[in-house]
Amino acid sequence: MSSTMELKMHKEERNIVKDDRKMIVSLKNLNVYYGNFHAVDNVNLNLEKNKVTALIGPSGCGKSTVLRSINRMNELLPETRVTGEILFDGVNINNPKIDAVAVRRRIGMVFQKPNPFPKSIYENISWGAKINGYKGDMDELVEKSLRKAALWEEVKDKLKQSAMRLSGGQQQRLCIARTIAVEPEIILMDEPASALDPIATARIEELIYELKKNYTIAIVTHNMHQAGRISDYTSFLLINEDRKGHLVEYGVTDDLFLNPKDIRTEEYISGKFG
Amino acid sequence: MSNFKENVETRYKISNLWNVVFTTATVISVFMLILLLLNIINGAFGYVAIKNTIEPTELINSGNLDELNEIQLIELLESHLSRGLIRRFNFEKPLKERSNTELMNLIFERIIEPRIVKSWNLKESILEKNSILHYAEKELPGAHIQFRAWLNSNFLIGSQASIPELAGIRTAILGSLMIILLTITFAFPIGVGAAIYLEEYSVDNMFSRFVQVNIYNLSGVPSIIYGLLGLAVFVRGMEPLTSGAMFGYGDPTTTNGRTVLAAGMTLALLILPIIIINAQEALRAVPQTMRQASYGIGATKWQTIWTHVLPHSMDRIMTGTILAVSRAIGETAPIVVIGASTFISVDPSNIFSKFTTLPIQIYQWTSRPQPEFRNIAAAAILVLLILLLAMNGFAIFTRNKISNNRRSN
Repeated sequence: MSSTMELKMHKEERNIVKDDRKMIVSLKNLNVYYGNFHAVDNVNLNLEKNKVTALIGPSGCGKSTVLRSINRMNELLPETRVTGEILFDGVNINNPKIDAVAVRRRIGMVFQKPNPFPKSIYENISWGAKINGYKGDMDELVEKSLRKAALWEEVKDKLKQSAMRLSGGQQQRLCIARTIAVEPEIILMDEPASALDPIATARIEELIYELKKNYTIAIVTHNMHQAGRISDYTSFLLINEDRKGHLVEYGVTDDLFLNPKDIRTEEYISGKFG
Repeated sequence: MSNFKENVETRYKISNLWNVVFTTATVISVFMLILLLLNIINGAFGYVAIKNTIEPTELINSGNLDELNEIQLIELLESHLSRGLIRRFNFEKPLKERSNTELMNLIFERIIEPRIVKSWNLKESILEKNSILHYAEKELPGAHIQFRAWLNSNFLIGSQASIPELAGIRTAILGSLMIILLTITFAFPIGVGAAIYLEEYSVDNMFSRFVQVNIYNLSGVPSIIYGLLGLAVFVRGMEPLTSGAMFGYGDPTTTNGRTVLAAGMTLALLILPIIIINAQEALRAVPQTMRQASYGIGATKWQTIWTHVLPHSMDRIMTGTILAVSRAIGETAPIVVIGASTFISVDPSNIFSKFTTLPIQIYQWTSRPQPEFRNIAAAAILVLLILLLAMNGFAIFTRNKISNNRRSN
């Protein structure tokens, strides 16, 4: 309760930064440790409001770890420590006083493998809203969320059916609808299309393009072409000799792909390694 | 020349050999089970030689009691039975008010008094029927041969008696059922609760690992040790509670705490580690992605566990519980140690009653010298098996319903 109050209180202070680009999330000196293993080293990254930011890099470079830090999913793993500031609307949410549960409603997440609940399509959407104290018309919310996730036309006649009977692509769009239903401001996507076929992937990409009108999106992807197609900003992460993940380059996607400043970025996007 | 040998045939041979080995293993175990079942059935049915203490022909020349009227029947009773017994019967219901059938039943039970003098098992009864008949004719004059199912309705609803053909197991069935219900009531919530704590809440440290190792160890401790623990803690230590004295049950025969409650608690303790371990396995089998999905939309730990983790693992938790409870039903040693009564004819009426259980009854009967007790022991084993089967069947049915709901809704 108190944490949401705190979040609201800080909303006004946010406008101190007079910049046309509204940074809804700023990671400052982010370090993540799994036990003794230093997984992410000093990452500084911004997410601009209503833009898509892609995190690319080879396997194990810590891009998913960075993403999971933003809605504090990392602390669900045992012996994980996150240091540094995660400013969300100007408030540092990497703080035990801030309630992670409240943060996760406002910063939703879509996972690599579609993971709908083994319940009906309707319940998949309504459950999150219900536990977060939604008081409005549930049918309306379900329809609205499914429409936003471009799934309504396909499932409107079978809302009572198990979500497990949908195809992989439909399941992933349902997971996106489920996330939208609790009205987050940011959606984190951890390789949302990597388990899907090309046609389903294309639909997810279209959907991401639509969604950025209302949401800020951060997406981890292995697929550089995908990053190029859908993102406004791209950050490239890599592991150094100590196996620590760090940010190599961050910039507007077109710049980063066409004129990479770092040689390693250039080698990676041109397919020399990774 | 290829570097590969053409060894497909050899590999097939080895493969087939293992197939044969595994099939044999299955056949052996099925064979053993059938042998066990046949052995029990063999004892529970068969011919018996019944001899009347007084032949009906000694009471009336024709041997047909139907010819007698009410007064004659009462005269017969009065002339053959002691005055005390007649007074008792009159006290229960005056003889003059009883119908002819009731009187004839009395004469049958008390005067004619048929007794089993010899019994044969099912195998002998089928294969050596003629020699049994010959033997009976020569050695047991006056006895008549009859096929008897020792497992009959009188056996099920009768109470304990010192004569095998009159003994029943109602008291033991009721005792077993009450104890098992108590065991489930204690062990299931505590076991699942502990598993949820260990899997979902506790952090991996020295303490939790210590607890875990001890739970694994406890599941392997011989049941008699649980009996000793139950005797020390539940029977003696918690005597005011287990004897019911705390709640004003002043039954002098159970003031020592050797009650259904103490037995239920002991068996619950016995199966607790098994339930915890099985429930932990079940919770561990819930995919991590499901928990992430739940946390990802702002669910708390408890909401995640209650709405997703538990429903998803309940069928597996139940499978483990069924196995554990089946073990508890058959347990004898700890029940003996905490002091089950081996001979009681009074049904347990509440959790503070003294009790006996099916395995105890079976054990007690098999140790008697008279061969007929072995027959009723076999019948009691059949009852125990059927009871187990029924309870497991019900539990599996419920479990399948749960998992079908989970998969198809």
